[in-house]
Amino acid sequence: MTTALKLVLLFPLIGVVFGLSFGRRLPEKVVGWISSLCIGAAFVSALIAVTGFIGLGADGVGVSVRLFEWISTGPVHIDATLWLDQLSSVMILVVTGVGFLIHVYSIGYMHGDWGFGRFFTYMNLFTFAMLLLVLGDSLAMLFIGWEGVGLCSYLLIGFWFEKDSAADAGRKAFVVNRIGDAAFISGMLGIFALFGTLEIQEILHNSHEILAGGGAAVTIITLLLFVGATGKSAQIPLHIWLPDAMEGPTPVSALIHAATMVTAGVYLVARMGVLFQMAPVTLVVVALVGALTAIVAGFIAIAQHDIKKVLAYSTVSQLGFMFLALGAGAFSVGIFHLMTHAFFKGLLFLGAGSVIHAMADKQDMREMGGLKKHLPITHATMLIAGLALAGIPFFSGFFSKDEILFEAWAGPNGHPLFWALGAIAAVLTGIYIFRLLYLTFWGTSRVPDDVHPHESPYTMTVPLMILAALAALGGFVGLPQVLGGGAWIQEFIGNATGAVSHAVEAVGGHAEEATHGNSGLQVVLMVVSVLLALTGYWIARKWYGRENPYPEVPETAAPGLWKAMRQKFYFDEFYFMVIGRPLQKASEWLYRVFDVKVIDGTVNGAGQVTTTLARWIAGLQVGHVGSYALAMAGGAIILMILLLI
Amino acid sequence: MNAQDLTFFGSIWAHWLSWTILIPVLGALAIAIVPKDRHTLMKGIALVVSLVVLAMGLTIWFSFDPDSAAFQFAENMKWIPGIGAAYLVGIDGMSMMLLVLTAFLTPIALVGTWTSVTEKMKGYTASILMLEAGMIGVFIARDLFLFYIFWEAMLIPMYLLIGVWGGPRRVYAAVKFILYTLVGSFLMLIAILALYFLHGRLTGIYTFDLAALEQIALPFGPQMWLFLAFTFAFCIKVPLWPFHTWLPDAHVEAPTFGSVILAGVLLKMGTYGLLRFSLPIFPIAATIAVPWMATLAIIGIIYGGLVAWVQKDIKSLVAYSSVAHLGFVVLGIFTFRAEGLSGSILQMVNHGLSTGALFILVGYIYQRRHTREISEFGGLARVMPIYAAFLLVVAFSSAGLPGLNGFVGEFLILIAAFQVSPWMAIPAIPGIIIAALYLLRMVRGILWGPLDKEENKVLKDLNLREIVTMVPLLFFIVFIGVFPKPFLRPLEPVAAKIEKRMSSVRQPVRYVIETPTTVESEEQEIQLKAEEPASDTEPTESDELHSAEMVK
Repeated sequence: MTTALKLVLLFPLIGVVFGLSFGRRLPEKVVGWISSLCIGAAFVSALIAVTGFIGLGADGVGVSVRLFEWISTGPVHIDATLWLDQLSSVMILVVTGVGFLIHVYSIGYMHGDWGFGRFFTYMNLFTFAMLLLVLGDSLAMLFIGWEGVGLCSYLLIGFWFEKDSAADAGRKAFVVNRIGDAAFISGMLGIFALFGTLEIQEILHNSHEILAGGGAAVTIITLLLFVGATGKSAQIPLHIWLPDAMEGPTPVSALIHAATMVTAGVYLVARMGVLFQMAPVTLVVVALVGALTAIVAGFIAIAQHDIKKVLAYSTVSQLGFMFLALGAGAFSVGIFHLMTHAFFKGLLFLGAGSVIHAMADKQDMREMGGLKKHLPITHATMLIAGLALAGIPFFSGFFSKDEILFEAWAGPNGHPLFWALGAIAAVLTGIYIFRLLYLTFWGTSRVPDDVHPHESPYTMTVPLMILAALAALGGFVGLPQVLGGGAWIQEFIGNATGAVSHAVEAVGGHAEEATHGNSGLQVVLMVVSVLLALTGYWIARKWYGRENPYPEVPETAAPGLWKAMRQKFYFDEFYFMVIGRPLQKASEWLYRVFDVKVIDGTVNGAGQVTTTLARWIAGLQVGHVGSYALAMAGGAIILMILLLI
Repeated sequence: MNAQDLTFFGSIWAHWLSWTILIPVLGALAIAIVPKDRHTLMKGIALVVSLVVLAMGLTIWFSFDPDSAAFQFAENMKWIPGIGAAYLVGIDGMSMMLLVLTAFLTPIALVGTWTSVTEKMKGYTASILMLEAGMIGVFIARDLFLFYIFWEAMLIPMYLLIGVWGGPRRVYAAVKFILYTLVGSFLMLIAILALYFLHGRLTGIYTFDLAALEQIALPFGPQMWLFLAFTFAFCIKVPLWPFHTWLPDAHVEAPTFGSVILAGVLLKMGTYGLLRFSLPIFPIAATIAVPWMATLAIIGIIYGGLVAWVQKDIKSLVAYSSVAHLGFVVLGIFTFRAEGLSGSILQMVNHGLSTGALFILVGYIYQRRHTREISEFGGLARVMPIYAAFLLVVAFSSAGLPGLNGFVGEFLILIAAFQVSPWMAIPAIPGIIIAALYLLRMVRGILWGPLDKEENKVLKDLNLREIVTMVPLLFFIVFIGVFPKPFLRPLEPVAAKIEKRMSSVRQPVRYVIETPTTVESEEQEIQLKAEEPASDTEPTESDELHSAEMVK
């Protein structure tokens, strides 16, 4: 099992080395398949490792595999150690499994691109970094992966670097993420100062002793970590980079900006769950930020014309749901939604990629419509994903989203207000996803005459179908008790955050089991959440199920709001005005005025004075070496005398 | 060490460090007698000599005992007995690391700039070798007088490199460089003399031996003044904000080789001096200075980064980024904590590698386009993919991306600073955001975007020589990031020693400050006198080593 776990990391790394060495020399097919198979092999290794781990007992403690000592100096000892428990099991399976499908899909999608080899090298590097992130047993390891995926995201968003917009989007993503990272680092420093270690398990284990039931320290630290999470997981106020990230190739959007990397923030909070449980204030912040993001992004998604932008804001919104779950104290449910979201959102993006492929790189839904007959497989699979996203029973998203709404109300840290906010976002979800389906696949065709849509090749459609199966059925691993299931996945993940339950009991909170007794409320809320999803569908149908959906109903009904939604509520403009421009102006001032005029002016002024003096003194110079030597000796003697006195 | 073997090699081995200085000097002399137009021969001599020094440096690395705090490879010879100046050299982990860095960067910078200078070759190559000798001398001198001589000697070839082979404003830049440094080093000279006489008066022994000077407890007043004088000289060299304005000018005007060595090695002289002199000799003054130095360092980190962000010239962008990076190093030094100190020393090496590499890379495109304006480039990744890959790795190393070298040092420094006080670490943290801002702006401007300038469309990717130059740099940039342990290990004893020295004065600060510690100096006097017949120098941990080597 430990070997298998090492192989999980090794295979993508082999892919990177291979890509660097041969990526530009070998033919496309070879490069694409070898890179994909590296991820496939990692998936198989992950399966072996995880089954081995479950074989030890599904409720067992994690297994740690020490690789080597990374830093050891003074009191700082950081090992490169891997940690496999239930949480990281789910994560590595999602990352390698979905990752493999997306790699295979990319062979078709990236066909003919001059950067084909580079693309797969980056994708393999990304997978490696992401696995490091979820497997690292120390915050430092996690952070290496964290920044590593950020780097790959930067490179892949700016993959078509000759486009100014792509290059700018990549840079924006990295810089905005760095703001979160700065907070993350601060949090790590605080943790190290308190615990004297960065080993996650040790921190969690000792947290009660050291933090003695909460206090300001744990609140500050968890808030800092959460700011880090908002950067990576695109939550308000650091969400602005993700929609721009759609400049990258579509498989990148699917893998990095939907299924895996953006969920790293959710993973971080779940991983450090014990600390978060000790900071109720932070949890409320997490829940509110999540809920707010879910709503705001939902509104923006409704007003986008670019099919990928809709999905981007949908991702932001769904990540908000996950944070809502975390904030309510239902960590395993947040991860459950992370998993189902990886299936259906990955699928939606790949489907969108298939549409874009068919439309000769057009992404504007105003030029689509009626594509159902041209792209039957893409349509069917995207419909399944859409139903899952909207939360229609019994598709995967239904189980996880329904559970989030329930926990938001009745979870350890839940509140009916959280539920209400989540409910609004759930309606918005239904509206934007059915709007997307209407405008793209249904209704009459608005496709320009020079475009001839066609179904994509098998390398693209087969991954779509596999993901569709997962998106449809993947939720049954988390079938709740009220529906006769065992909530297996929640229990499973709950073992890893098991420390959480005990911890909470210790501080006097109530553990996750508390929620299980409340089956009456659960049934009611479940029915309500189905109604919410149907409401979304009903609205979308009323607005877009017409012969010609344009101009869109909300646009004519509320032009002011529509404009704000189209303009993404002016976040970018606001940041530019309040931070970007003033900072640049200040820097220019520092350079042009302070550096050049004040400091250097002083120096040059002193120089001028010296020169003038020197001219005057030059009169004393007579040109005899002897007299200089005499003067030097004299000076030295005077100096020595002065010092000796 | 088999120093006793009276073989030929044995006697060379006994003076191994001296040979690392002598060989470049001999090389420079050899170049002096080569006919004027034999440019390739001169460069060849310089290269071979610098490679020999590198080989010697690597020998030192591998035969060095990383777990000892003692000064190894020590040599002790009479020099000017009349004033108590001796030829004392020796290296601890810090000196060893910087010596190897110097020996490593010199041939690399030379190969990297092989074709960039075409005139006055004799002076150019000779200056390079003299510069190397001077820099190594600074790092190995164990006698203050000797140190000062190397410190000044090294300035001259650098001055010439900037002033003769530099850009259009080279004379202004060179004069500014030398005057700035001289102001500092003049104060340091006075302080060295004062320290010499003070030590003499307190102990009766007039010596420049560092090991002896480190032991005395200076009275509060002189300690403060001497600390200020030394530290001022080093801060200019670092350069610590606000003494940095010579740096952008020097970098912009210097030829590529000069920039690489200036950033790679010369800037470390300042931080080296702080660690070698300012802290151990003046521990009380240094402790008092912590808030001031930390403040200046943090200002440097933020200010340097912001100013770098708005530069149009790539070289001056990198120059200002050095102000920010060295700010981190100074911050780490003044934590007085083992992890901060070793982080700082490692960061000195890291900065040497990444900034050295950046300047070489800037040199590559400068030679192709004869401009360094960022706006003149754009889209180079399309025509120069290998160059793009190198620049990316180096830029991210400089930005402190985990997994590459820069992060390890920065992280250790921040951890140490936070332990001292969150206020020492948190204000520095925006620096890492700003680093991403300016480095990605540079990368964006050079590599990405449309390839819209005709001149850029025909650019050739790196040739074999240029690739070979970069590979060792990249190797260590990745290696230190992934597996920093072999680089941290030799620093451990040094850091622990300085930490101990600094904490020894921390508890009874006031008491020690006011009373001249007569007991300690008496003890020392006795010790020293007992040693006198053997040699007129110090009793140190390395004594056995060099007394064994003093065969004559």
